[in-house]
Amino acid sequence: MSLEVMSSPDYMRDPRKHHFYPYADNGGTSVAIAGDDFVMIASDTRLSRGFNIFSRDQGKVFGLTPTTMMASSGCWADVLTLNKVLQARLTMYSHEHHDQMSTTAVAQLLSTMLYWRRFFPYYVSNILAGIDEEGKGVVYHYDPVGHMEKLTFSATGASVSQIQPLLDNQIGGLNMLDVQPPKMTKELARQLIHDAFVSAAERDINTGDGILIHTITKDGKTEETVKLRRD
Amino acid sequence: MYEALESGIFLFGLVGLLQGNSTTFLDIVNKMRPGLTPLYNGGVMLAADSLGSYGSLARFRDVKRLFRVTDKAALACSGDIADYQRDDECGGYTRELNAGALHCWLTRVLYNRRSRFDPLWLECVVAGYKDNEPFLGYVDKIGTAFEAKEVATGFGLHLAVPMIREAREKKPNLTRDDAQKLLKECLKVLYYRDCRAHFKYQLADITPEGVTIHDDINMKKETNWEVANYIK
Repeated sequence: MSLEVMSSPDYMRDPRKHHFYPYADNGGTSVAIAGDDFVMIASDTRLSRGFNIFSRDQGKVFGLTPTTMMASSGCWADVLTLNKVLQARLTMYSHEHHDQMSTTAVAQLLSTMLYWRRFFPYYVSNILAGIDEEGKGVVYHYDPVGHMEKLTFSATGASVSQIQPLLDNQIGGLNMLDVQPPKMTKELARQLIHDAFVSAAERDINTGDGILIHTITKDGKTEETVKLRRD
Repeated sequence: MYEALESGIFLFGLVGLLQGNSTTFLDIVNKMRPGLTPLYNGGVMLAADSLGSYGSLARFRDVKRLFRVTDKAALACSGDIADYQRDDECGGYTRELNAGALHCWLTRVLYNRRSRFDPLWLECVVAGYKDNEPFLGYVDKIGTAFEAKEVATGFGLHLAVPMIREAREKKPNLTRDDAQKLLKECLKVLYYRDCRAHFKYQLADITPEGVTIHDDINMKKETNWEVANYIK
C-alpha cells in the first residue's frame, strides 16, 4: 500500500477485496497402458492444494462401464462434477438401449461433453482406458476442452512431464537408435507404472501417498494398491 | 466484490477441522476461522471457535458456527457469516438427510454458485453418520469436496491436521476422550498462533444416539502467555 493511500482516511480507501477464482489445482497424476487383451489405468491417491494435503486416500480412477474406466485430475470440483454428469449420461443410455455403451462411444461422449464447456472449461486432464469391440486394450487422452487422441499409453496430470518421457522411451522405443518397442505384458505394464510413480513422487509434491492400479480385461476388473512416499 | 470482515472460529471434529472467512452484507465481510474435526472410534467430534472478525478487528466474540442439521448430521462453517447463516437455513429443509447426503447436496449448491460467479464464500465441514458409519467431509466455495478421517478449515489445515495425523499414527484407534483432548490441544495451538482465533469455542459430539453441541467452552484459563514478557 502506498504512503498516499495509507495517509488518507479509511472511508476514502478502497474496501478490502477478496478476489474470486473459480478453479483450484488439486494435483494428482494418472497413467494408462494398453496391451493386446488388457489395459491398465492407475492414479496416485494424494489430493492436495498448494502445500496442504487434503487426503492421502483419494483414488482418481472412476469406473464408467464394465469395460471402461476414466482417470481425472486437475480441479477437483470439476472432476467431481464432470464424473457425476458423465455417470448420469451413461445411466440414461443404458436405460434407453438396454445395453452398456461401448468404449469408443464413451470416448466420443467425453470429448463432446468437454467441448460443450469450451468457454468455461472443466479444468480437468482425463485419460480414458477400456476394451474395444475387438477385445483389444485402448487408451484415449484428452485436453481440458475436449481434444482427443487414441493411443496405446499415456500419462496426465501433475507429473506428466516426469512420466510421459519415460513411457515414450520405454514403451514407444523413442529417442534411441535401432531399438524395437517391447511387447506389452501385464507384468511389464505394472512394473513401468510402479517405477514411473515412484520417480514422480520423488520430484513432485503433488504426487504421492499411494498408487491405485486398475486392470481391465474382457473378464472384468481387478485393482491393486501400492504405497508411495508420504512426505 | 468482497470486503473483509474476519471472524475467527475453530471447529474441531473427529473427521476434520474447519476454518472460514465470513462476510457481511455490503461493505462488511466477516471471516470465520478454523474449525477442526477428527473421527474417533465410533464417532465424530467437531470444534469451532466463536470469533467473527471484521478485518483485524475482533468484532463479534460469540458467533455460533456449529449447527445440528439432523440427528445424523452436524455442519460447521467458516467464511462469510452472512453466507453461512443462509446456509444454515437451508439445513432446515434437510431433516431426513444423513451426513453423506448433506455433504453431497452442499457440494452441488456451492459448485453451482461458483459456476454462476456468485459464490457462497464458505468452507464447510459436514460430520455425522452415513449408513451407520461415522462420516467426515469437507466442501469449499468452489465445490472442492472430499471425505477424510481428519479435516480442518483455515489455519487448522496448516496446524491442526498434522497434529491429528501425528496422534493417529501413534495410536490409530482414538477413543472419545483422546479425540476431545486432541481437539482441545489443537484449538489451544490455534489460539496461540492464529491471531484471528478466540479462546471461546463450541464442541459437537456426534454419536449414534445423536448430535450434542456444547456451547461457550472457555480455554482462557488453560493458556499461559508469560512467555510474552520475555520477548523484547
